[in-house]
Amino acid sequence: MERYETHEYDVVVIGAGGAGLRAAIESSHRGAKTAIVCKSLLGKAHTVMAEGGVAAALGTLDPADSWKTHFVDTLTAGKFLNNWRMVEIFCKEAPERIYELERWGALFDRTPSGQILQRPFGGHTYRRLCHVGDRTGLEMIRTLQDKGIHQGIDVFMETTITRLIKDEDGRMAGAFGYVREDGRLILFRSKAIVLATGGLGRIYKITSNSWECTGDGFALAYEAGADLQDMEFVQFHPTGMVWPPGVKGVLVTEAVRGEGGILLNSQGERFMKRYDPEKMELSSRDIVSKAIYLEVKEGRGTPHGGVWLDITHLPPETIKRKLPSMWEQFHKLADLDITKEPMEVGPTTHYMMGGVRVHPETQATSIEGLYAAGEVACGLHGATRLGGNSLSDLLVFGKRAGEAAAEYALAMRALPKLDRAQVAQEERLLLAPFEREGGENPYALHSELQELMQERVGIWRSGKALAEALKTILRLRERASLTSITGARMYNPGWHLCRDLLHMLDVAEMITRSALERKESRGSHTRDDYPRPVDDPWGRVNLVLRGERGEMRIRQEPVPPMPPELWQLFESQNQNQNQNQNQKKEEPVKHG
Amino acid sequence: MAEPTPPSWVRVWRGSSQGGEFLDYKVPGEPGMVVLDALLYIQANYAPDLAIRWNCKAAHCGSCSAEINGKPRLTCKTRLSEFEGQIITVAPMRAFPIIKDLVTDVKWNYEVLKKIPPFQPQPDAKEPWTIYQRDIERAQEFHRCIECFLCQDVCHVLRTHRKMAEFAGPRFLIKLAALEMHPLDTGQRLEFIKDAAGIGYCNITKCCTEVCPEQITITDNAIIPLKERVADEFYDPLRWLLRKLRG
Repeated sequence: MERYETHEYDVVVIGAGGAGLRAAIESSHRGAKTAIVCKSLLGKAHTVMAEGGVAAALGTLDPADSWKTHFVDTLTAGKFLNNWRMVEIFCKEAPERIYELERWGALFDRTPSGQILQRPFGGHTYRRLCHVGDRTGLEMIRTLQDKGIHQGIDVFMETTITRLIKDEDGRMAGAFGYVREDGRLILFRSKAIVLATGGLGRIYKITSNSWECTGDGFALAYEAGADLQDMEFVQFHPTGMVWPPGVKGVLVTEAVRGEGGILLNSQGERFMKRYDPEKMELSSRDIVSKAIYLEVKEGRGTPHGGVWLDITHLPPETIKRKLPSMWEQFHKLADLDITKEPMEVGPTTHYMMGGVRVHPETQATSIEGLYAAGEVACGLHGATRLGGNSLSDLLVFGKRAGEAAAEYALAMRALPKLDRAQVAQEERLLLAPFEREGGENPYALHSELQELMQERVGIWRSGKALAEALKTILRLRERASLTSITGARMYNPGWHLCRDLLHMLDVAEMITRSALERKESRGSHTRDDYPRPVDDPWGRVNLVLRGERGEMRIRQEPVPPMPPELWQLFESQNQNQNQNQNQKKEEPVKHG
Repeated sequence: MAEPTPPSWVRVWRGSSQGGEFLDYKVPGEPGMVVLDALLYIQANYAPDLAIRWNCKAAHCGSCSAEINGKPRLTCKTRLSEFEGQIITVAPMRAFPIIKDLVTDVKWNYEVLKKIPPFQPQPDAKEPWTIYQRDIERAQEFHRCIECFLCQDVCHVLRTHRKMAEFAGPRFLIKLAALEMHPLDTGQRLEFIKDAAGIGYCNITKCCTEVCPEQITITDNAIIPLKERVADEFYDPLRWLLRKLRG
């Protein structure tokens, strides 16, 4: 007798943020029977938190913008570790994905002539971020959610997948997990799986990420034997709240700087002029984060260990219209009126550039039938991600993953035969915390892991600290296999955390091992024992991890070489930029 | 630096659809603490199986709705300092069936959403679309909704009279209003708004507007204009006659 319910689909999408929803819409549109499985209620995924905007070279305000400039900007920020083909596809297709959202009902802010309004953002040469005030993610997820449910996708809310199941030939055959509501176990049999599980911020103490971002997808893919890449590149967003303690890490959108906000240290100095005199506050995120880190470390920080972010020079009504959520957030949570006083901000763990290695055209992973899109996938961003690129990433590659998964599934006659032993093994692992008594408290272990990652595997890394961190992670893993939990299976967060912890520890180990291996500083990865970027070999290789438990293996692989016609863009872009510099500078933007 | 913050007593409803009780927990104080911080502290230190819903902890996602001292609110946005010296009571939303502790079954809302006739743009509008900011201010206000369902919870038509089968509730009336007010929409929804969404049940007590954490003026800006459109369409004698003639 089976102790779990079983569902059958052509395509199962895990995760209902932007990438998952876009993939499911595409898959279902192409005629595949599609389910979407998500840990929370529909519409609550982390995409909802995205604030500043979605990057696409529409050129509504700066007609000189094109996919080519977007391409150059993205690779430059990524320090050329990006997969060039992914970047090319991305920059060419992003505009169409934005117009498509509009056709599905999204209402972006407008220019005076009725086009989509675009705002400047760090590292983008032109005004490129389409937005809805500072609530862009909400608009995106709601639009996709509505489109999805009207298209007949089946939604399994508050359902957590804890293992991918393969058939005996190693092809994807399904996914297994539990339903939060009553703790019942659930098995999905499917021909293809799309991973769209988002990020891993919750392994750090200070993060902008919601509770869901426990790195499940990285661990699920790894356990199934997929290749992962660039796991050393964790993005620390320069501006998170630092006070009061309960909101430490909550995001302060880059749009504050995009709209003109300036950064000051405790001496009132606009310190970015020492780190990037040209781009100043709109330098790329890794540079601004490191600058803030150093200002605080060298004693020029604010009372709560951050720096000042000041936008009080703008008229109060402009601030409230352009940054309504920020005004509300500081007003409600920090008793601060951002139209009158500067905000106190510091770096917060925000995004994972690395992830599951995918084919640039189809998002196929190294496992047959497994696809990945969005933050869990890797290749687009390289060593640093530009703000706004993640939202268009979800749309462009969500669609492509859904398309490829549907095509693969529809070409297959019968459902692959599950390896039942894998299901039985996962069932035992899941239920074990109920059978142990007096074991470790999962909350305490989680908190230890967060402290460790924050201190030793954060913005500023050293070989010694990383090696120690690795040892501690391995010890924590032993302890995490001995957690115990009270209560029943019905909606029991402590029990859920016991399993999440194992995933988080996998991911922590991947980051730490990769960070140890990369002996240089590049993009978001900074080593004080190797402070400079080194071209040979590090500028030319990605680090690839091999899954399938046992011992974690890392190998170096050359970054795919870029064809000469794309290299040329960098030269012509430089010339164009110099010419355009003066024209584009002060074109007034009226709003509303 | 700052003055020490006193501890709080938080009274949390624990139980399931079979019944339950309020239990008191002492939570150490920290500056700026919100109710959700207290609940997470309780979870990590006293009751690992305490069921709550939350995601972003920054009032962007609308997951952590509950009734705090009797008022429907987001726990992530409600500061403990508001209740100094009082016991803070946290109970699940009353309009929806209880699953466990503070978690309720809100699936009904998603069923309603499914039935709403979707956006239907003008097929011949020239792309890229020209839409002016002044024409979308109102619809954008409704798009701010974070689906916390606090308005559904407080609405007496749902909370007291349990008209889930007849009435869509304020959340979905603003959804309908947003679609109706989209400058390029061509959908026909007035009959749906009158019958399936049951707009007539709303008697404009504005409780929904009061609890909305996004300060959407639900009643004045969405429900009343929709009521007027329905009245014009179905209760205007001239239009009634025209409809009769058209069959």
